[in-house]
Amino acid sequence: MTTSALIMIILTQGTVIAATIYFFRKVLKAPQNAEPDSYSDNDPK
Amino acid sequence: MSNTTESWGSRVGLILAMAGNAVGLGNFLRFPVQAVQNGGGTFIIPYLVSFLLMGIPLLWVEWAMGRFGGRFGDHSTPFILDNMTKKRFWKYFGVFGIFTNMGVMAYYTYIESWTLTYTLKSLKGDFLGMDLDGLDQFFNNYVDLGAGINFPVWALLAFLITLSVNIYILSRGLSAGIEKVAKIAMPLLIGFGAFLAIMSWTTGSTGRCADCSTYVGLNYLWQPDFTTLANPKIWLAAAGQIFFTLSVGMGTIHCYSSYLKQKDDIALNAMSAGWMNGFVEIVLGSAVVIPIAVGYLGLDWVVDNAGFMMAFKTMPFLFDQWGSVMAVIAGVAWFGLLFFAGITSSLAMGTPWMGFVQDEFNWSKNKSALILGIAILAMGLPTIFFFEKGVFDEYDYWTGTVSLVIFALAEVILFAWVFGMDKGWKEITDGADMRVPRFYRPIIKYITPLFIGIIFLTSMFKPLNGELSDWSSAFTSLFSGNGWPWANDSIINQIFHINTGVQWMQDGVLTNMFYIDMSRFFLLACFFALVGMVKVASNKRKKAAQ
Repeated sequence: MTTSALIMIILTQGTVIAATIYFFRKVLKAPQNAEPDSYSDNDPK
Repeated sequence: MSNTTESWGSRVGLILAMAGNAVGLGNFLRFPVQAVQNGGGTFIIPYLVSFLLMGIPLLWVEWAMGRFGGRFGDHSTPFILDNMTKKRFWKYFGVFGIFTNMGVMAYYTYIESWTLTYTLKSLKGDFLGMDLDGLDQFFNNYVDLGAGINFPVWALLAFLITLSVNIYILSRGLSAGIEKVAKIAMPLLIGFGAFLAIMSWTTGSTGRCADCSTYVGLNYLWQPDFTTLANPKIWLAAAGQIFFTLSVGMGTIHCYSSYLKQKDDIALNAMSAGWMNGFVEIVLGSAVVIPIAVGYLGLDWVVDNAGFMMAFKTMPFLFDQWGSVMAVIAGVAWFGLLFFAGITSSLAMGTPWMGFVQDEFNWSKNKSALILGIAILAMGLPTIFFFEKGVFDEYDYWTGTVSLVIFALAEVILFAWVFGMDKGWKEITDGADMRVPRFYRPIIKYITPLFIGIIFLTSMFKPLNGELSDWSSAFTSLFSGNGWPWANDSIINQIFHINTGVQWMQDGVLTNMFYIDMSRFFLLACFFALVGMVKVASNKRKKAAQ
């Protein structure tokens, strides 16, 4: 592979992977809202 | 207005379902081909710019519109749009948000059924030892190509099974149906994609020809050619790809987010689902078809043959080069991931109808799903029987391409200019678990509508070939009295058949144009049937309010 192609692939894929992980992690770490919220799995039984 | 008790089970489930809605066959088949045809590595620059200026704004707008509509108990675009303005005609623009999905679902489920068949065939080892001609013949026999009017018995059966699976899952509802499938399908899809990407990255040179190396394929896909950045065709192709890959302009995002409460986040959810789709497309999608094909068939072959059908007519042959065991594993992974990508999208396409009839006519989930199944079957059969007559492509052009752009343009104008950016911005940021950059406010108001407007106008008036120089020579031709040289796929040419003329019969035989025009009238009839249903629903609401 040429250097410029390698730079493009590393920069682009690195950015996309980093953004995907960053936002998904942020979702997982976000505090849950008080009930009643939009999601039923955490509803009191 | 709805009395629905539907809800999402969990936030991660919603994001996976939303990402599954966006991740489709195009992530693996359309994106790499578009990149190859539009500047290789440079394509990613207009692609990312389009994502930032059009994709993300549209995601936020659609999530916000959906949650706003859900507050009034509305889960489909006609009445979501209706709630945002006093002008009653907007709800009829919302019909696109149901029609597009049903039109696309009709032929998309057929392709999905091919992937199901090919998964099972791969598992049985039926493709082992088959060359490219054999695969071509197999596919043609499977869809009964060459018969004129096609009656592919096994493909029909697979279509019915696939449609039934979709309908059953939709009848189970959001959390017990769609969300459950997304939670299984998305991780498997990513796992299968990662496996194939690793195989591609580690194969390297195969020695079958001078440039037979997956690295040559990757290089071709990522080698930047910055001179192409000045070509508007590349920008339009990139913007078009963003449209299709994010499933914006369809009404599915509105529907999914309409089950959210006002205090719950949409901004971060939209970003997470949007980037997850980007990961599947840019990281996994770019690593599979093109590099592996170059690895075994060479660059020239790929440049000449790159296209959607490589998925079925080429990939099993390439996997076969890895030995029989790996060929079976890779075949199941490839067609399995396409099936999962397909079904998570087709389920999303069914939900606007489900939301609409449950809200407006109080139909049960089973009844709604069953009638959807009958409608999709009726709409889908012409694409199967008249596949060779161009009906399949006609559906794709109007429902899978043009309708998306019209609806996206309408919704962003409604959101930013009619509903107003003050209220709109509040809708986007309410309950947000992230800081939404303020510079997106003017982007949503000015740049995004302009971007989509340019896409729409250039698609409408596209001159032959569509290069920058073709636009200037088209104007020269127009002003010198020789008329506008229409591209065959320009919307105006498609509507009026300018380049071909209208001829329904030749030598006593019906032409392809007859079938194409009939399918067009049929789609129009479906659209107006939905308009009628919205009108009836609107009248019911008026009566109930009196």
